[in-house]
Formats: sequence, structure tokens, C-alpha cells
Amino acid sequence: MIDFEELAVEDVSRHFGRRKALSKITFTARAGSILGLLGPNGAGKSTLLAILGTLLLPTSGRVRYGTHADASADLRARIGMLGHDLYLYPELTARENLAFFAALYGDADPGGAADRALARASLAERANDPVASFSRGMRQRVALERALIHGPRLLLLDEPFTGLDEASVAALLARLRDLKTQGAIVVLATHDLDVAEGLFDRAVFIRDGRMMEAVTGSEALRATYRAVMTKAK
Amino acid sequence: MSGFLRVAWIVLRKDLTVEVRSREVVYTTLFFAVSCVLVFAFALVKEGRALEDAAAGILWIAIAFAGTLALGRTFERERQSETLRALLLAPADRPAIYVGKLAGIVALLLAAEAILVPLIALLFQAAGLLAQPLWLIAVLVTGTLGYCAVGTLFAAMLVRARSRDVLLPVLLYPITIPVIIAGVRGTAALLEPAPDLPMVRFWVSLLVAFDAVFITLALWTFEPLMTE
Amino acid sequence: MPKWFIPAAAVCFLMFMISPVLIANAPYEATMGLVQKIFYYHVPSAMTFFVAAVVCGVNSWRFLFGKNVNADRLANSAAELAVVFGAITLVTGPLWARKSWGVWWQWDVRLTSSLMMWMIFIAYLLVRKYGGPGAEKLSAGLALFGMANVPFVYVSVNYWRTIHPTTNVVPTLPVSMGLPFWFCLAAFLLLFTLLLQLRVRLERQRAAVDSLYLALED
Repeated sequence: MIDFEELAVEDVSRHFGRRKALSKITFTARAGSILGLLGPNGAGKSTLLAILGTLLLPTSGRVRYGTHADASADLRARIGMLGHDLYLYPELTARENLAFFAALYGDADPGGAADRALARASLAERANDPVASFSRGMRQRVALERALIHGPRLLLLDEPFTGLDEASVAALLARLRDLKTQGAIVVLATHDLDVAEGLFDRAVFIRDGRMMEAVTGSEALRATYRAVMTKAK
Repeated sequence: MSGFLRVAWIVLRKDLTVEVRSREVVYTTLFFAVSCVLVFAFALVKEGRALEDAAAGILWIAIAFAGTLALGRTFERERQSETLRALLLAPADRPAIYVGKLAGIVALLLAAEAILVPLIALLFQAAGLLAQPLWLIAVLVTGTLGYCAVGTLFAAMLVRARSRDVLLPVLLYPITIPVIIAGVRGTAALLEPAPDLPMVRFWVSLLVAFDAVFITLALWTFEPLMTE
Repeated sequence: MPKWFIPAAAVCFLMFMISPVLIANAPYEATMGLVQKIFYYHVPSAMTFFVAAVVCGVNSWRFLFGKNVNADRLANSAAELAVVFGAITLVTGPLWARKSWGVWWQWDVRLTSSLMMWMIFIAYLLVRKYGGPGAEKLSAGLALFGMANVPFVYVSVNYWRTIHPTTNVVPTLPVSMGLPFWFCLAAFLLLFTLLLQLRVRLERQRAAVDSLYLALED
């Protein structure tokens, strides 16, 4: 089993035909920190997350996970991703979804892992209801547990706050802070800073595929955010 | 190896569970296959008599069309919540995912065939279909497996493409014509007044060779085709 | 343009100009008479079609597994040429068939399979055009499967009763017929190579323009 303490993105670019989706993105994130990928819609955040999750290859540059640079099955076992579409099977129950992914990730006791995850998400009473019957917030909680069920080192989240009510947002923020204390690397992409202010240790601003700023510390964040989001092209 | 089969089994079990819950693909595919056969009945039966070899041809056309539908729907489901992405994110062996999906679709089509064969035997006075059940099963299984082996791969790789609905038949039909030919000729050989068993044996062996070659090719190419 | 291109093009042109002379001077075939002479273009174009198919298949493999971008350009160009030479074959074939067998088309397996192979390459071009981003890989996969089908095509010829002449005709051709045949085959293969080179060059230039666009944005 491989592990890493640092995620290093080195000069990553990605183009689709003539369209440049990402241009020379460079940053690092250490274990036990939360990094924000901020930028307007269409900036390239989802593309970057896909590259970080080994689903997409950069056309130039590379991503280094500690000392490992090649995407292998062992590396994928250390990465968890929560996409915008949640990656859950609506016809299956919450427990079945979690057990399926636990088994897929090689867990010897998928049922047990599913039960523990449901307990952490406070959804044990709804364990045997199909996910299709859940509200967005509840589905999000199950999806987050699914992304974490194999204890990944790196967690990637794409616009996780969409459609959530205040309580769910607070729960998610608390969970992310827990993960940070446990030493995970969390990379969270969003276009909405209002919700996530105060969460990030570092933030990278992306616009039109280009990295505009990298900021550490929450005070500078708000100012830079306004500047980047309203900047004329 | 056990990891490979374990993953394939997990994926298959998940697909079967999802299908049992919603029953969408099973019902629609079956109904479609039956309507297909009925359309052909109206088209090809003249004065109460079916065209020669019609039964064999209609059976395989219905399988081909129903198969395309089932493949499209199964992968459309994976596309909806982007669960195919989640499957690719997992450390599981990618070819194992392919095998699991393949097994599910083959099972579905074989179930459809279990209904189609008696129906066709009835409508087209082709009772000969049922006279040599073991050989018929051999033809159906090897043919369906070959068709679905290619189809599962193409449907999976088209999930992210544009125009995927029309591109699946465009890609699938030319490649699987040998399967259709072998299937139809093999079935037709069984339907003759004196079933031509050596011919059936030949077509079955051709299908077995096709299955071996194309499943191997699919296992090799699944990973590079699914990664961007 | 590489140095050999213009001389080779000149040679090819001359070969095609000379070929009718050679064909006219070849002896008549016993049963089919004058009409059989279309064979001197039909069979070489069929062989070139297969060569194009194999070039496409091999380069699709190199592209998928070796991630070699130039291989993808070769595969695409070869697919287009396969469609062209396949079309020539599928037109000259029925022209011959009408006169010698009495029917324009016969649903035997070799004809059907050639048509199917031809359609695979049309499908290849359709996928590239309408598949959206990432279509190069999809078409490469298709080409691989298409190439794997070639043996199944070949086997079915030998095991299926057909009025199509069996494949063993070519090695037993008498020299007087063999010469124009091999000459025409060489002409067709040379034409294929020239067209392939032209087409790949076009793709390379397109890729160069794309990277200029990308560099402009930086």
C-alpha cells in the first residue's frame, strides 16, 4: 500500500483540440490541510480535479503524489472523489451503495464498513431506503461516506455545497475539518466563497484555465477573491 | 486472479440487483424483442406461410436489435450519476469491470432468448428449433457472447462521446456481422428437415473462435480505451 | 515533401498510363473473354484495400498502446484510403459480375464481408467526425476490431460454397497474365503510398496549426 504526504502539481496543462482548458497550473498541498480551488464556472476546476483523480491525463506537466507520479491501482486506492453528480446508484439502498464500493475497494468486510459509514453520517435509520428517495443533503452525506470508505489520503470535492441547506453545509464543514486533523489532503473546488470562507488553509484561483493567484491565510482570501472574480478579461 | 473474478462478480451482482429493483431494461428489452418479432411476422409471412429460413434470421435480428437497446440503456444508467467514473476511480482491475458488465448483459439477452425461441417456433412453424436443444443453446450462447463482448466494449467507450445513441449501432453492426451470419446459418442448419449437424458444429466453432479472439482483444483494449 | 515523392509520383503516373497497353496485350481468359480483363484493376484494388485496412489496424494499435500521435494520423489517412480503394473494388466487382455471372450482386460471404469491412472504415470516419473529443481513441478501437475480423472473412471464403473464384487463382496465373497483374498491383500500391504520404502530411500540418493556436494563448 502506498502513501504520500504531499500533493504536487507541476506545470499541468491540458488542451482539448484547440481549446486550452488548463495552462501551467502549479501548486502543492500538504497532508493535514485543506486547499481551495476557486474560480468562476468554466474556469477549468473540474478538469483539474479529474486530472488529480487520475481520470484524465495532462497534456503536459505532471502530478506528483509524494514520490509517485504514475497512476496505478495502488495510487487510486488512496484517492477519494466526490463529484458533482455524486456517483451513487439511485436504485440501490444507502447500505448497498456503500457496501458495493467498499467491496470494490477491496474491503474484507463491506457490510461492516457500510454500517460504520452510515453511523458516521447519522443515516443508520435510512440504511435500507433506496438513495433515490433521499434529499440532496442526505445523498451528499452518503456520497461523502462513499468517497471516504476506503480511508483515502487525498479527497477531491467538486462543488459540494450546491443545493445544500445550512445544516448540511455545517455538517460537511465539520467533517472536512475532522479529516484535516486526521491528516488527509482535501482539495475542494467551488465558485462560492461565502459558504467555505474560513475553511481553507490555502487557495488557488483559476480563471480561463490559468492560475491567477495562490493565497495562504483567510484574510487575503476575501480580497483576492473579489479581485479575481470581477477582473475584466 | 481471484481479485479479478471477485471484482467481476461484485459488478455483476450490483447490476443484477439494480435491474431487479427497477426492472426497466428487462421489461423494455423483452417487450421490444417481442414487438420486433411481430413486426417481422407481419412483414414476412405471406398467405400464412413464412419465408424459408425466416425463423433463424428473425431470431438473430431480434437479438441484435434488443441487444443494442439493452447495451445503450445499461450504460446510460452508468452515465446518469457518473457512476462509471466512480468505477474507474476504484483500484479495481478495469478489465474485471468489463467482464462483470458483460456477464450482466449476456444474462439479460439469454433471458430474452428463452422467450423469443418458443415464440418464434410458434409463429413461424419452426418447431425444429426445439428439436436439438443442446446445439441450439450452443449457437445462442456463443453468438450472444460474441455480440455482447464487442457491444459492451463499444457501449462503454461511447459513454463519454457525443452522438452515442446512433454511434453504437454504427460501430457494432459491421463488426458483429460474422456473429449474425454464423448465428443465423447455425440456427438455420438446425431447422432443416434433417438437421445438418456437421454444419452446426462448424458454425459453433467459428463462433467460439470469434468469442475467444474478441473477448481477449476487449480485455486488452478496455483500459486504454477508457482512459483519456 | 520528401525527396522521393515527385519521382515516385511520376513513376506511378507512367505505370497507370502503360497499364492499359499491358492489359490489352494479355491473353484472353478461357471462359470469360474480354470482360475478365477488369480483373487487372479489380484484384489489385481489392488487395490495396486490404493493405490499407491492415495499415489502419496496425497504426491504431500503435496509437492505443504506444500513445504515438503520428500513428493516429497514419491510421486516419489509411482509413480514408481504405474507403476509396474499397469503393473502387466494390464498383469494379459488380461490373465484372454482371457480365460474367449475369448478376450485379451475389450475397456470398466474400462479397458481403468486403462490403462489411468497407463499412467498418466508413464507420471509422463517422466516429471521427461525430464522436466529439476523444473520438480518436474510439475509432482506433474500432479499427482494431475491424482488423481482427479479417481472418474470419478469409476463413469463410474457403469453407463456404461460392461462385466467386477461390483465392488460389493468383499463384497459378500463367506468366503472360501474371505480368500485367503484378504490374497493376505495383501501380496501385505505389498510388496508395503516395496518397497516404500526402494525407498524413495534411494531418501533420493541421496539428501544427492547432499547436500554434494553443501557443498563441499563452
